[in-house]
Amino acid sequence: MDAVKFVHEQLSRELDYPKFQAGDNIVVSYKIVEGAKERIQDFRGNVIQINGEGGTKTFTVRKVSNGVGVERIFPFSSPNIVEIKVLKKGKVRRAKLYYLRNLVGKKARIKERKYFRN
Amino acid sequence: MTSIFDEEGKNIPCTIIQANPNVVTQRKTVETDGYDATQLGFGDAKAKNTSKALMGHFDRAKTGPKSKVVEFRNFGIDKSLGDLISMDEVFAEGDIVNAIGTSKGKGFQGVVKRHGFRGVGDATHGQHNRMRAPGSIGASSYPSKVFKGMRMAGRTGGKRVKVKNLQVLKLFPEQNLILIKGAVPGHKGSIVIIEK
Repeated sequence: MDAVKFVHEQLSRELDYPKFQAGDNIVVSYKIVEGAKERIQDFRGNVIQINGEGGTKTFTVRKVSNGVGVERIFPFSSPNIVEIKVLKKGKVRRAKLYYLRNLVGKKARIKERKYFRN
Repeated sequence: MTSIFDEEGKNIPCTIIQANPNVVTQRKTVETDGYDATQLGFGDAKAKNTSKALMGHFDRAKTGPKSKVVEFRNFGIDKSLGDLISMDEVFAEGDIVNAIGTSKGKGFQGVVKRHGFRGVGDATHGQHNRMRAPGSIGASSYPSKVFKGMRMAGRTGGKRVKVKNLQVLKLFPEQNLILIKGAVPGHKGSIVIIEK
């Protein structure tokens, strides 16, 4: 018996997000708690990596906001994520798109994959 | 180690401990031994690797040879020789416990890692290769020696370490698993003692 797997099966919630991979353009809606108030914020950007496995699996979303690159790491099993929407499928050749960090402007674009099998 | 999310959405670091039932291998009392203690055995050992003296000790408790035997003073739970103690008899969710284990070996390390010295702090201003050096280890002609116990570089880790005040997050009695908040000493699969 894998004890780590068992504990996460018991305590982590079921994932019902659409399938996405590195290079995809997604919107993550997540809960923000400000004092007693709670609101939902969207973070739109490209997935540049999917890291880990099981209950500690995470994905990193990168966007360029006002000319400044912003990256946010989300755990897949975080209860604060309300919804994930996949807007565009990207055509990329690697699983970790760290090279995007060194590129700006038109070079930092990802080609869209328009025809794909689901 | 792994991490779980609580109801508020906080990510909590935790360690999963496989806590199979322990066997009472000896009872010590004030009359016979001068103090009150209970000895528990954990994990199966091979009979061919166990000395005859220890085999006799385990035979008296009517159990097979055990790989780890630990004595607890003033145990509190009244059990007789050979009884099994499961972890949910001892611990409850929310308890504060201590974890004792052998820390990971780190090899020959300098004083910054081994004893928490601060190093020099400057890369320039006359320093060139002593950023993590220990500095002076004593005075000169008096006392003309280095005092015993002077903290220096050397083998680090691989020692018995106790981490205090860890919280029991959750118990899984059927699987004999304990979920403890934070880190415990030792590598994966090593034996730790959890005491209340």
